[in-house]
Amino acid sequence: MLDILLPALGQTVYMSLISTTLAVIIGFALAIVLILTSKDGLRENQTIYSMLDVVINTLRSFPFIILMIVLFPLTKFLIGKSIGTTAAIIPLTIGAAPFVARLIESALKEVDKGVVEAAKSFGASDFQIIFKVMCVEALPSIISAITLTLITVIGFSAMAGAVGGGGLGDIAIKYGYYRFQTDTMMYTVIILIALVQIVQSLGDYLYKITKK
Amino acid sequence: MINIQKLNKFYNTTKVLDNVSIDIQKGEIFAIVGHSGAGKSTLMRCINGLEDYSDGSLKVNGKEINELSKENLREFRKNIGMIFQHFSLIQRKTVFENIALPMQLWGYSKKEISKKVNELLSLVGLDTKLNAFPNELSGGQKQRVAIARALTLDPDILLSDEATSALDPNTTTAILNLLKTINEKLNITIVLVTHEMEVVKQVAQRALLLEHGNIIGFDDTEELFLKPDEKMKEFLGETEVVPNVGINIKIYFPKDNVFQSFITKMARELDMDFDIVWGKLEEINTHIVGNMVINIKNEHKEKVLHYIKQHNIIWEVI
Repeated sequence: MLDILLPALGQTVYMSLISTTLAVIIGFALAIVLILTSKDGLRENQTIYSMLDVVINTLRSFPFIILMIVLFPLTKFLIGKSIGTTAAIIPLTIGAAPFVARLIESALKEVDKGVVEAAKSFGASDFQIIFKVMCVEALPSIISAITLTLITVIGFSAMAGAVGGGGLGDIAIKYGYYRFQTDTMMYTVIILIALVQIVQSLGDYLYKITKK
Repeated sequence: MINIQKLNKFYNTTKVLDNVSIDIQKGEIFAIVGHSGAGKSTLMRCINGLEDYSDGSLKVNGKEINELSKENLREFRKNIGMIFQHFSLIQRKTVFENIALPMQLWGYSKKEISKKVNELLSLVGLDTKLNAFPNELSGGQKQRVAIARALTLDPDILLSDEATSALDPNTTTAILNLLKTINEKLNITIVLVTHEMEVVKQVAQRALLLEHGNIIGFDDTEELFLKPDEKMKEFLGETEVVPNVGINIKIYFPKDNVFQSFITKMARELDMDFDIVWGKLEEINTHIVGNMVINIKNEHKEKVLHYIKQHNIIWEVI
């Protein structure tokens, strides 16, 4: 049984880590644009903000399984094929990035307005205010956001089986559900619980040491 | 130094500053006083360009603030430090890192930063708290850190936006004394916004009273409190409770007159009894000033007024 579970665990970890990393990079950039262009932001621009707002909301409304299918052409263009573990990374990233954008946007929004005003008062540039003040102050919340995203992506990746992505979720369906191997299903669930538990504890620990 | 001429500001259609003109001199401590929503913070934020104004002119050292480009405004702000009601420190940085931040952003060397921060820490009396985080400090200590941070770039002007409003009276006095020291030692002009009359009395040499964006009083602090006009009285929320029979005469004590026992002398010399019905003494900028209301019989009016006039006392019948 281990020869089935171990590779599946490897695939889940691989898909989740890569897509979360990519989603955080894209989501972070989007969050900064949202913060800059929002009302009373450092570079208020209603047109850009509303456009981004609509795109993010649209992507977030897709059920993930549908998003994977809709993104087939894009995945094929980027990876060269639309099925497989690596191919699953594209929809996972695109599904998670808007989620990250919203979480980081709200983390940055939480930063005390007074601190931003103080930074302006000693002549900080917009760039410095975002990176040297707001991001520094919001770091613990950003860490929480990344933890939450990673766990959500681990959940989403269970559906990757539908496009031949493999992973633990795939095993649970193929062996546990279709072939009535209840023990296999149990093991995958236990492994998933442990995985989520580890990620959450690590995230909590990082939050604790960065929060002052 | 700060030259404000016919300044107007609107939020949409609401006028928040109405034709404000003042001149703030180099080296003085100047107070902008008013209730919440009077426009005092807005007026102050126009000085360092955190808010813009609709029309009129605001010049600092001859530079018109509205005409500065974004880059020039950043550069210009190095010359104006600012402190806030809620301290506005970065929670995740230590005391040292908070004070060092402005210099870091402006690219000073580590050596310069360390020297300056240590100097300022001893000026504000926090030498031992170098590595503490803001949430380990009391309100007064946080404000001291903020003051040190505001001074790192060697400004000529320090703006204080309700800096003592979140502090208890003793801490307020300590912070005000620190501001006074900074004003005298470093010759920094201080503009402070407050709704607390006690603050004005303790440190400000001149004060401006704002109500709904209008100037309703503007004078030396002692004058404002010594002889408050109707609006000022209304602002202070005090009215004398005096008898409605006889004649009430209010006698003002300018700072030199207070302890010359004028009242008892008058009673003795005129051989006359009267009631003291109202009185108030206040310490303003370490001077004692005040006023007192006496109630006399109608037939004594001439005699008493004659005596008061002879002694060069400021008075009025109320």
